[in-house]
Amino acid sequence: MSTRATASAQPGIGAGSGSSSSSGSRAATRRPNQLFRNLNSKIASIPMILVAVCVFLGGTLWTVVYSFTNSKLLPRSSFVGLDQYYRLWDAPRWVISIQNLAIYGVLSLIFSLAIGFLLAALMDQKIRFENTFRTIFLYPFALSFIVTGLVWQWILNPEYGVQSIVRSLGWSTFTFDPLYDSSIVIYGVLIAGLWQGTGLVMCLMLAGLRGIDEDIWKASRVDGIPMWRTYLFIVIPMMRPVFITTLVIIASGIVKVYDLVVAQTSGGPGIASEVPAKYVYDYMFQAQNLGQGFAASTMMLLTVAIIVVPWAYLEFGGKKRG
Amino acid sequence: MRALKAILVASAMLPATYAGAADLEVTHWWTSGGEAAAVKELAKAFDATGNKWIDGAIAGSGGTARPIMISRITGGDPMGATQFNHGRQAEELAQSGLMRDLTAVAEKEKWKDIIKPASLLDSCTINGKIYCAPVNIHSWQWLWLSNAAFKTAGVAVPKNWNEFVAAAPALEKAGIIPLAIGGQPWQSTGAFNVLMIAISGKDVFQKVFADKDAKVAAGPEIAKVFKAADDARRMSKGSNVQDWNQATNMVITGKAGGQIMGDWAQGEFALANQKAGVDYTCLPGLGVNEVISTDGDAFYFPLLKDAEKSKAQEVLASTIVSPGVQVAFNLKKGSLPIRGDIDLAAANDCMKKGLEILAKGNVVRSTNQLMSADSQKQLEDLFSEFFAKPAMTPDAAQKRFAEIIAAAD
Repeated sequence: MSTRATASAQPGIGAGSGSSSSSGSRAATRRPNQLFRNLNSKIASIPMILVAVCVFLGGTLWTVVYSFTNSKLLPRSSFVGLDQYYRLWDAPRWVISIQNLAIYGVLSLIFSLAIGFLLAALMDQKIRFENTFRTIFLYPFALSFIVTGLVWQWILNPEYGVQSIVRSLGWSTFTFDPLYDSSIVIYGVLIAGLWQGTGLVMCLMLAGLRGIDEDIWKASRVDGIPMWRTYLFIVIPMMRPVFITTLVIIASGIVKVYDLVVAQTSGGPGIASEVPAKYVYDYMFQAQNLGQGFAASTMMLLTVAIIVVPWAYLEFGGKKRG
Repeated sequence: MRALKAILVASAMLPATYAGAADLEVTHWWTSGGEAAAVKELAKAFDATGNKWIDGAIAGSGGTARPIMISRITGGDPMGATQFNHGRQAEELAQSGLMRDLTAVAEKEKWKDIIKPASLLDSCTINGKIYCAPVNIHSWQWLWLSNAAFKTAGVAVPKNWNEFVAAAPALEKAGIIPLAIGGQPWQSTGAFNVLMIAISGKDVFQKVFADKDAKVAAGPEIAKVFKAADDARRMSKGSNVQDWNQATNMVITGKAGGQIMGDWAQGEFALANQKAGVDYTCLPGLGVNEVISTDGDAFYFPLLKDAEKSKAQEVLASTIVSPGVQVAFNLKKGSLPIRGDIDLAAANDCMKKGLEILAKGNVVRSTNQLMSADSQKQLEDLFSEFFAKPAMTPDAAQKRFAEIIAAAD
């Protein structure tokens, strides 16, 4: 584990300095006909393109179309308009799922970026045993969400976990049972999610920090800028690409969160920690109501599209490449 | 001469053992101790016919297992046979021709005459054809009480629901959770349905779930049921377990006063060497209204191309219904047999009570038989929320209940 982490961090160091020279040489050898350039690799990628178009795009379209039907256990094409969507937004469980996703999403985005960056910045102070610490922090990421969920289910269980340990130390009225309290259960899930995901964010950030030229640090030191201001106003803006990569990785993890909840709380207590992906699964397979499940998954797609499309437009559409 | 004879015998024996012998994968969700012991009886009887039972147990109760079974059948990887609750769970699979029609076997063995009550076979019948072999009758309407817990609390073991509610404070004082309810949604939903039959009676139950009468569902009778459910919610506070058998275990160990659970809980008591009447008490219909539902399990057989396996499916179907298997299986499982013509002398007190009620005909069809999986899931969402969230008032819950019933199919 530790060697892999080191290996992935090393290329990041070289990437920053080498990029300018390589793009210069590429421009010199550019040929006019773009279509037949790298023909072999284009042919080789045809299967992947076909899979992407047929499976992802085709499957998505099929799902959207069938969300307007009253399909039960098996898909059938008797269209009922927006009925499935009306029912979806009337269902308290769906509304709770969306709220939970919003809470989990916003907090997990903020905290994993903040904690991840902080850890990376601490790690960047040329400390001893950096490899060891990096391995420790990254290790949870090697566990699946199912294992993470189970581990934290035990840790947060009032009878065996944190609560019982603190009580056995003498604080006999200490109460900490987030998984059995409807109003805070989603934060119990959040803790587990952060524990699992922060290590990866830290590694990405660390790679970004190592990509910052040493001269910048020297210059800021000469100017007498305190270290925290250098991080905040110079280093972080320079790390924009790393932040965007991290954001995409965290965000996709948030939208599809399912297994963590299933393993940790199974949506409970009651329906207090339900998430949209679980609603989709439960209604498609347990309730044998494909139409409802499709409507819910289409709503998930729509939510992602509403967030991603304007952002992608601003990010990539603004500066057209000549 | 002798060699020739041996060859002849061998050649005669080969096809004989080969003809009906096939490996049949059977999927089910019977994984608790009592259930697993009962499955062994089934497997033993099926293996004795020369075929081989390949056990495909799926842990995590029906809610987890059914999607796996259904996706295997619809996905073109069918098993040899699979458990479902008889009722509407496999309705659409049968309608779309994915399941095997068992009418021929049923007619040959006169299932119509031997299977009692007749509603069991009706639930297996879709468009006049029989698609499943019922294996047992389970009724939900039981309250299991721990005699030890009441002794600790210093109160007499209750004889009905009202006494139980009255005894709850004494139990709590002794540090015992009065009512154990596991966190899985089907458990709180089941408990509510049981309360409905006990408190408002068979007719109201029929009107709500069979006729889908939303007016009754919003009416004063059901309001009383929600009041009782509110009591149950208060009494179950602190039972932080998920699986039903963990909740039953709380009753067995005296950590909880009682549990509303189907008669399958009995298998757990038996496995823990507890005796009905001595260590635990069972109250059918919560001791208020002795009516039981004819819920239960049945085996469905996906349509297979393999002729050998198809033949083995028929053998399994008739094995399941045969008297010997019915006795052996149901004694282990704590469920009631599907035929009225067998003697369950070895049955314990609780099972005898159940058989008596069955013989009197005080039965209702279960929600699995009456409601679609979709409507049941909506009810599960409602009740799991209601039981976990003390802030939700009975009135608000009843309003949503009536809406679900109005939209049910």
